[in-house]
Amino acid sequence: MTKEKEEHREDPMQIDSNRVPTGSLLTDYLRIYYGKFFPYTDMFKWLAYGNDGKHPGCDSSYFGRREFSFTIKSDRDEVYLRFQSFFNASEMETSIKAKCPTKIDIGAVYTVDPAKRHAYAQSGFNPIERELVFDIDISDYDDVRYCCSGADTCLNCWPLMTIAIKVIDTALREDFGFSHILWVYSGRRGVHCWVCDSRARRLSKEQRSAIADYFHVYKGGENSLKKVTFAGPLHPFLARAYTDVLKNEFEKWVSTQKLFEHEERFHKILQLIPDESVVSELAEKWQGNSVRWEHLKHMLQSGSKKTQGLRRCIEEIVFSYTYPRLDIQVTKGMNHLLKAPFCVHPGTGRICIPIDPKKCEEFDPTSVPTVAQLIEELNANASIGADNYVEKTSLAASVHLFRTCFLEPLIKTCKDELENAYNTKIQQTKDSLNW
Amino acid sequence: MEIVRSQRRNGSDGSGSSASLPLYKSAPSLEFRLEEFGQYAIDRLRVLQAISDGLSRGKKPEEMENLVSEQWRANMKHQDADKTLRKDIISHFVLRLVYCREEEMRRWFLSMETALFRYRFRLQNAEAQKSIMNELQLQYNVLGNAEYETIKDKLTEAARSVNFTSNPEAVFYKVPFEDVPELVASRRVFILKGFAFVPRNQVVSLVCTIFRSNISKALALTNRKWRAMIQDQEKDRIAPMVEALGNVYLGPDYSKPKDCAEISLKDINQLASTSFPLCMRHLFGKLREDHHLKHQGRMQLGLFLKGVGLKLEDALAFWRAEFSQKVGAERFDKEYAYSIRHNYGKEGKRTDYTPYSCQKIIMSTPSTGDHHGCPYRHFSEENLRAALNKMGVGGRAMDDIMDKVRNRHYQLACTLTFEATHGTSCETGINHPNQYFVESRKFFESKNKHSQPTA
Repeated sequence: MTKEKEEHREDPMQIDSNRVPTGSLLTDYLRIYYGKFFPYTDMFKWLAYGNDGKHPGCDSSYFGRREFSFTIKSDRDEVYLRFQSFFNASEMETSIKAKCPTKIDIGAVYTVDPAKRHAYAQSGFNPIERELVFDIDISDYDDVRYCCSGADTCLNCWPLMTIAIKVIDTALREDFGFSHILWVYSGRRGVHCWVCDSRARRLSKEQRSAIADYFHVYKGGENSLKKVTFAGPLHPFLARAYTDVLKNEFEKWVSTQKLFEHEERFHKILQLIPDESVVSELAEKWQGNSVRWEHLKHMLQSGSKKTQGLRRCIEEIVFSYTYPRLDIQVTKGMNHLLKAPFCVHPGTGRICIPIDPKKCEEFDPTSVPTVAQLIEELNANASIGADNYVEKTSLAASVHLFRTCFLEPLIKTCKDELENAYNTKIQQTKDSLNW
Repeated sequence: MEIVRSQRRNGSDGSGSSASLPLYKSAPSLEFRLEEFGQYAIDRLRVLQAISDGLSRGKKPEEMENLVSEQWRANMKHQDADKTLRKDIISHFVLRLVYCREEEMRRWFLSMETALFRYRFRLQNAEAQKSIMNELQLQYNVLGNAEYETIKDKLTEAARSVNFTSNPEAVFYKVPFEDVPELVASRRVFILKGFAFVPRNQVVSLVCTIFRSNISKALALTNRKWRAMIQDQEKDRIAPMVEALGNVYLGPDYSKPKDCAEISLKDINQLASTSFPLCMRHLFGKLREDHHLKHQGRMQLGLFLKGVGLKLEDALAFWRAEFSQKVGAERFDKEYAYSIRHNYGKEGKRTDYTPYSCQKIIMSTPSTGDHHGCPYRHFSEENLRAALNKMGVGGRAMDDIMDKVRNRHYQLACTLTFEATHGTSCETGINHPNQYFVESRKFFESKNKHSQPTA
């Protein structure tokens, strides 16, 4: 499926959009990507949260107190620069174009400009605002997927990520009342979630910890056998996750991963059943090829076995395989640095594009645009003399999604909040003048 | 700030207390004798230490309630309720002075005082509880009938998931979820659109969060005052007592290994197999096997090794030798060396970190790919048996250990392991991995001495 290499008058570089660029080629591609594609203005608008200087109630220092970090790779070396900060969009743009980082991370908003932190006492430099973030990696599910492992993913196992998005997105909106949520493809094997409501940004470490623990269902390292245990009826959040998402997804998973067709695969499931007699009865009956999963369900649900720990066994099995596995530490910390959306993943060349949670089943990680592909499209557009070259590339759809589903509603809310806060302040000043 | 006068007239201490459970809002203007200063503090410390012990053994809330009740009666209670209150308040404020001085101490004191408050609060009657909530100016709103009807099913569902046979609770409070992080974290309440619906019997959590936050602020304040003037003013009177009290119960923190306890790299394998507790053996083994450990694993093992006497240069060489086999020496130097130096207090804010105690390790929760935490808590029975087998434990001892594990007495299990592998008894019980190591070395040292031929 190799594309033909095309030569253009304007750009003598030959592009093979299937090759993942490395070394100086990567740097060249990044230069073009950062030169033409990276959406600086949109990123600024997002992270300024309305503090763009236009309203008298704005805090013009806000954007400048945000920490960014750059990873810069050259042929010999890799440099990691923390505590980068920019006063406005144009400074950020200049810096990124000059340095061409292979990765850009976004950190917290601090009490003072991170670049000037040394001028303040230890106690004066602290993170005060930070989005609530989640990081989900498909390699954390290696023990339950048989089609891929490690950094690979395919359309058979990607549904695990879709499940994670659905479960967590619903809970964030329904249970916690958040609405400005951005889901981003991490470029290779997972997804990130940024919750940007002001209420979320102001959460303390303890509160973030509490939310992370609320979602923490799959527990235990490789030495514990059973990672999900339900002693009794499920909490409404878990019940909803099960009924709306996990139950049906597990049925699909059974089929795509052929869980009951291979002995070592269904053996793992049997290990989760805390009743020897059930296990041996099933193992015996399954010597032939029968409809095993149905059989198992029937046996566990029939209630004929009164063993302790069997009542929720089906749910435990389903959750063990499909429930989201978060990197808890990422969510708990306030100054954990997380990769910025619209970066290029150096390992795959793919762009970290947003995912619409309402249509997450349609997301296909194998067809996410790569930097090479974008540059090729750009050249093609240029050669036919099209205007607005970038807007006619595959990235346009992602930028559009970012704006309409996330940025615009967010900015509206921020402006409203700024307006209200400002008016309250004015009113208070007026009141204090009345005696 | 509201100050609720105590019911008894002659107990006006102005510290904002209800009849039997004070909130310690401000230092009392009471007079008391110097002997009471020390004695009251020690008595209270006994209660706090017992709580610390109970928590690390994973005691259930009902058991903790009993423990607190007994300990309080044994150490603090007086026939005259006024006198009890007086001792309560004095001892709390004295201990505040003692424990405000270092961050680790503040953290411990804060946790234990909050726990003490929690269980004492639970033991109060409904009226007393209500009056305390009033004092804390809790902005809780009782859930109205209309709203209640719309979410009644979910409230019941949530209640049942916590306590399977619970009867439907009638009174709920609607509170922003940020105010009850513990209840959210353990999924003990139903939450909707950012609000948690807390049944009256769970209001304890709310109250404790506020109590904790108040004490935390007070501790920071006390620390500043201590450093700024009290320490100096009182250097002949109270300061020496405060110092002494600070050493009473914490036990050694093992951050500075004593008596030429330094170990060298060439000994480390031998020491790991004879003197490391299971949690560290496991981490050590995994490190040797995978040439890698995740962050929490590195912290737990790294700080342990520091406490055991591994010098910084040796530590760097050790980790480097392992990690470079997986990620390469260059990447090690760039990505991991920094945090090792950081642990030894040579980078960043130069805190000299202390090795984790059993309590801390038991409370951590390992996840996929992690090897930290307490194996007695997290390993399946099969894996634990196998691991202990490798240490040479078998037979009767194995059964005893498994029994302790089943009853969630993880530290007792570790103590029994020590006894089984050393052939000697451990009177004090293990509550710190470095203590295990120190005791082990002591045992082997004395064994060698006795087996050496006399000149």
